[in-house]
Amino acid sequence: MAARLAALAVLALVLGTLGAVAWRAGGLGALQTADLGAARFTVLQALVSATLSALLAVPVARALHRRRFPGRGALISLMGAPFILPAVVAVMGLLAVFGRAGVLNDGLALLGLPRVSIYGAQGVVLAHVFFNLPLATRLLLQGWQAIPVERFRLAASLGFTPSATFSHLEGPMLRATLPGAWLAIFLVCLTSFAVALTLGGGPAATTIELAIYQAFRFDFDLARAASLGLLQVALCIAALAATTRIALPQGFGAGLDRRAVLAPPAGHVLRAQDAVAIALAAAFLIVPMAAVLARGLPAVAVLPAAVWLAAARSLAVALAATALTLALALPLALAAVRQRRFEWAGTLPLVASPLVLGTGLFLMLRPFAAPGTLALPVTVAVNAALALPFALRTLLPATRALEADYARLAASLGLTGLARLRLLILPRLARPLGFAAGLAAALSMGDLGVIALFADPAQATLPLQLYALMGAYRMADAAAAASLLMVLSFGLFWLFDRIGTHADA
Amino acid sequence: MLTLENLVLEQDDFRLTADLTVPDGARVAVIGPSGAGKSTLLSAIAGFFAPASGRILWNGQDLAPLAPGARPLSILFQDQNLFAHLTVAQNLGLGVNPSLRLTATDRAAIATALARTGLEGLADRRPGQLSGGQQSRVALARALLRARPLLLLDEPFAALGPALKAEMLAMVAKIAAEANTTVLMVSHDPADARNFAPLAILVVEGQALAPQPTAKLLDNPPPALARYLGN
Repeated sequence: MAARLAALAVLALVLGTLGAVAWRAGGLGALQTADLGAARFTVLQALVSATLSALLAVPVARALHRRRFPGRGALISLMGAPFILPAVVAVMGLLAVFGRAGVLNDGLALLGLPRVSIYGAQGVVLAHVFFNLPLATRLLLQGWQAIPVERFRLAASLGFTPSATFSHLEGPMLRATLPGAWLAIFLVCLTSFAVALTLGGGPAATTIELAIYQAFRFDFDLARAASLGLLQVALCIAALAATTRIALPQGFGAGLDRRAVLAPPAGHVLRAQDAVAIALAAAFLIVPMAAVLARGLPAVAVLPAAVWLAAARSLAVALAATALTLALALPLALAAVRQRRFEWAGTLPLVASPLVLGTGLFLMLRPFAAPGTLALPVTVAVNAALALPFALRTLLPATRALEADYARLAASLGLTGLARLRLLILPRLARPLGFAAGLAAALSMGDLGVIALFADPAQATLPLQLYALMGAYRMADAAAAASLLMVLSFGLFWLFDRIGTHADA
Repeated sequence: MLTLENLVLEQDDFRLTADLTVPDGARVAVIGPSGAGKSTLLSAIAGFFAPASGRILWNGQDLAPLAPGARPLSILFQDQNLFAHLTVAQNLGLGVNPSLRLTATDRAAIATALARTGLEGLADRRPGQLSGGQQSRVALARALLRARPLLLLDEPFAALGPALKAEMLAMVAKIAAEANTTVLMVSHDPADARNFAPLAILVVEGQALAPQPTAKLLDNPPPALARYLGN
């Protein structure tokens, strides 16, 4: 049965690699003092990033909920973009705004103020807030939209002040949604690699993932890399254990609501406050991306051949990873409707991180082949595994509805096997399948993780090539490569999502 | 001939027993208070609910090993009788061949079924583009195409108005009479039961009683049924 095979494949990949890592580590003896610092920084930056993102999202989501203005829908849609924006591209954008030669420092210099540095812990947190503030905003906006409009009408008819509305309606909603949003962001930041690689480093700003990379790549100290991997897994499991008490948000936050809204609260102060929240959040989101495109797009045509080759490699990896993700996610999502253990199997990759999976696969495969030759297949497998929990979360509501609506009818007509797949499952699930495929493709396209462990320059993917260009301070080429990567990632997402929407009857 | 042999259905606190026979070609109403187990009884016969003990037989053959689609019956549910993403013709085609690989003969049969249920010209519509009555006819046309000797109606016409419902029941009666189909119909409406079904199975107090003349049963209802009917 397909679901069993998929579950076994995931279990073998995750538990097999963890086993290899644990066996090679042989305990935590190989750790050095610096590694404990990395563990502390990993937790600390995730705490700060998640807290800042969640708290800053409150005024933004509230403003978006109670105000209507041209471009509101586009802004909310755009807030879904950072989730699939390649980390290196975001870093390029943040450098253009907050970097040494960025807009911010130019402004400070004009005012005669000292320059600020984006490198170090503050840069890591800044980048994490850039990624997660929009996500948190969408999740909270969904919470606001879930408050029945009748409640707000009642509040208005009773003459509630904004603070009374907050304590009676919005406060309870936030108490229910904020912890889940916070935890989701904390989990993402816990396995941060690409951001730490580009903006962090040094004793004060090294995450465990980055430490694994350094132990592996520079010192070739496999025992230490494996011990660090165990530490990372322990952190992930501890954070996931919290999800048994705090529910993670389902889905990816609000879309456009077309319901009628009540008149927004009057008053110049509130208006100004909402306008500032929306303007700052929009600028923080848009300016870095626009800066990359403005500088890079014109130069895309003259990019060196090596970059185009890397782009082709990345496309191939992304398409293969997407196919593998769907091949795993669909049978698991169908089976999970009846048996929760299939959902758990598909969520298992969350306990591992890209670099831990990479280290484990390296240890497992080294006896059989030169690791360099396996860089791309390993990247495909790891990307597919890491996209699986998201794909599963996208598909599950649809497979549950499919089961509830049509399982009995299909059974009563003897609609089984391939005919069931062709005539019922694929047409009914086209939309979430397209969305899941788009997510998987974009995440894989922009992934700079396991590929950094394995690849030599001859096998670089586009994100790795971009990282190399940044390291060589070829910033014009880097901006162009970043633009190309952004266009390809968003393009893949758009394409798959559109295929799904069109195939949906 | 449908036989329920020492049948016991159990789920949590619910328990229903049945030991009865339904003659071939009979039209039988299944009546009784809400929650008595009328739908569960049909679910068990259709293969969606495994009996705790006892057997369900069709002409002496035990249906237990047969999957729902392989049983000698068609069932119309209260709702979700059609696939919303398939056309009317495709929904009917599933009754002929679940893989929808249809021959010219199959297509001709579908056209005939459409004509007989008054659905000419609607073959390429989707269910969402049809009225409630038309949707019921499509489901009925598919049952007609499947041509199984037993038809189970789990209140498929409950959402229709009185006139439409009477029209649908008349159509069922006509089709069933032509093929000598046995029909079991769950009903909440004593008038429907009287008009449509000469026999009735009373489901009450954990028991499904053997079929008895509907008119006699409704004229002299036992206390539990009388309370339900409100007279």
